[in-house]
Amino acid sequence: MATTGAVPAGAKTRSKPAGAKRPRPRRGVRITLFRARREWSAYLFLAPGLIIFSVFTVAALIFAFYLTFHEWSAIQPYKPYVGLDNYKDMIHDKDYRQSVINTVYYTGGSVPLGMLVGLGLALLLNQPIKFRGSFRTLYYLPVVTPLVAASILWKWLYNGDYGLFNYYLLKAHAIDQPLLWLSSQNLAMPSVILMTVWMSSGFSMVVYLAGLQSIPDELYEAAKIDGAGPFARLRNITLPLLRPTTLFLLVIGIIGSFQVFTQIFIMTHGGPVDKTTTMVYFIYEAAFKFYEFGYASTLAFGLFALLFVVTLVQLRLYRRADL
Amino acid sequence: MTTYEETERNAASPLEAPRQGRRGKSGKKREGQAAAEWSWGRWVVYLILVAGVILFIAPFAGLVSASFQNIDEIFSVSPHWIPHHPTTTGYRQFLNLGHLSTAQRGQGTGDWRWFANSAFVATSVTVLQTFFNALAAYVFAKRKFPGRNAIFMVFLATMMVPGQVTLIPNYIITKHIPLFGGNDIFGNGGHGWLDSYWGLIMPGTVSAFGIFLLRQYMMSIPDELLDAARIDGANEFRIFWKVVLPLCTPALAASAIFTFQAAWEDFLWPLIIISSPDRYTAPLGLALFVVRNQTSWSLLFAGSVISTLPMVLIFAIFQRRFIQGIALTGMKG
Repeated sequence: MATTGAVPAGAKTRSKPAGAKRPRPRRGVRITLFRARREWSAYLFLAPGLIIFSVFTVAALIFAFYLTFHEWSAIQPYKPYVGLDNYKDMIHDKDYRQSVINTVYYTGGSVPLGMLVGLGLALLLNQPIKFRGSFRTLYYLPVVTPLVAASILWKWLYNGDYGLFNYYLLKAHAIDQPLLWLSSQNLAMPSVILMTVWMSSGFSMVVYLAGLQSIPDELYEAAKIDGAGPFARLRNITLPLLRPTTLFLLVIGIIGSFQVFTQIFIMTHGGPVDKTTTMVYFIYEAAFKFYEFGYASTLAFGLFALLFVVTLVQLRLYRRADL
Repeated sequence: MTTYEETERNAASPLEAPRQGRRGKSGKKREGQAAAEWSWGRWVVYLILVAGVILFIAPFAGLVSASFQNIDEIFSVSPHWIPHHPTTTGYRQFLNLGHLSTAQRGQGTGDWRWFANSAFVATSVTVLQTFFNALAAYVFAKRKFPGRNAIFMVFLATMMVPGQVTLIPNYIITKHIPLFGGNDIFGNGGHGWLDSYWGLIMPGTVSAFGIFLLRQYMMSIPDELLDAARIDGANEFRIFWKVVLPLCTPALAASAIFTFQAAWEDFLWPLIIISSPDRYTAPLGLALFVVRNQTSWSLLFAGSVISTLPMVLIFAIFQRRFIQGIALTGMKG
């Protein structure tokens, strides 16, 4: 629709050469309109999706940006323009910084571990063994479990008095006294990470399996003839050829884990002492506990910016390593 | 990206492929060699895998077992993997069905409607989103009209934005939907779509990512097919419905399954917009139940089992599609 309304009335009087060119854009407009009319059904097809998308994504994004420049309290009618104050507050907000650190901690723990376990399982399951399908199904089950249900289950497993973890660890004499998993400052985040690894490694496993199966057998045959042992083949064939898979999982995993919320909400409520307050949990509290919509929107944009940069850096590093 | 043609070629999912291959030539060779090489190593593989499965599945087993125990048994010193006195009280209490004693009611009850709500909302979102996505994807893939590329670029550009950015404005927008929930034509005065099924369903009925995937898939359908239908006098909707959709079944099924799963376990959005317990979805009801009744574990276990069951069933039935879907969502580059 580049040519729509391209001919201002003034063009006629200004100069002769412009006058000579005039018919072309007008014809362009007319053709565009004609084509639009001829393809009216295409717009009709697009309409439902486009309307909903315009309201809940495009308008919402613009509105979110607008909110960041206002002190927009959900409970007060007066919503003044405050310029960049929200952004300044965000930069100096120590609690927000802590939530970023917590989120990075969570991501740094859960994403690589989940991928590693998934890769290990995929390598094992890629062997010609019996019951492969059943193994795969069982390992994938945690992925389809609703997060809320899984969080409740793990909250119970971590229970200080009756949880299975303490029971078996005590029985095995690995610990002398029950651990307070979720209410200890040092253990809370690792506990959440462990639960996430349980939830997510099935997904990595399936993706890695798909990646493994796209590696041609001939490569392994050739390597064997050259006398490469199993570990050399793993290091020199499998892992390099799985690089795209790894990048995919890494990008998806990091994006997903930066948005962690449900586990935190149910298992720890961000505690103890904000040790597990992640970015989204912090945003949620700012918006729906303190009703600071403007500030919370700013924080959400902070999350967006961070994710954007992290993803960009990953792709850049990947490309450079590829050359 | 898997395309229509590729899926046609290897109709089985990528993970099913080796199972077929094993019957074939190369597979056999590989198995024979591996067997020779891994004679003892194979046992180690089994050992690790079985140990891993036990670790992965034990929490589930504990959950199912505990959901049939009464509260005394749950809190016994040593965990009972098999309930000594199996009971369905937890289930009845959580679903608020059957006769409950006053003491049980005092412990708090759930509501079977939470699950009905979840089923209704997730089904609606899945049906509408699949339909709307397919319509848009078809137009982007197969029709040429002014503005197509510009609109498609906008869709693509928003895919990077995390959902939390639009969360807060969407709360306000949902509140100000005109002519709903006591709102006037300018969207003021009432609560709009807040605390309603509309609010739960409508924002989820379109997905840029879903449109993108389906479009990629539809691009590989040959134009000649559509032209042939046109020459036979089919109108545009008929072409879409009778020619394009049937050819996209694998992609549609995969995206529908993931949409349903996501809608079923969506938590943050219902948490924000729903306030009356009648309209809680299953995850929301469960989560708020944890907050209110910290110690009613027998009910919580029952609720967790019920909310997990549909997902496990769907996974069991559509396992192949699930795994195909993961491959579809970008594995092939």
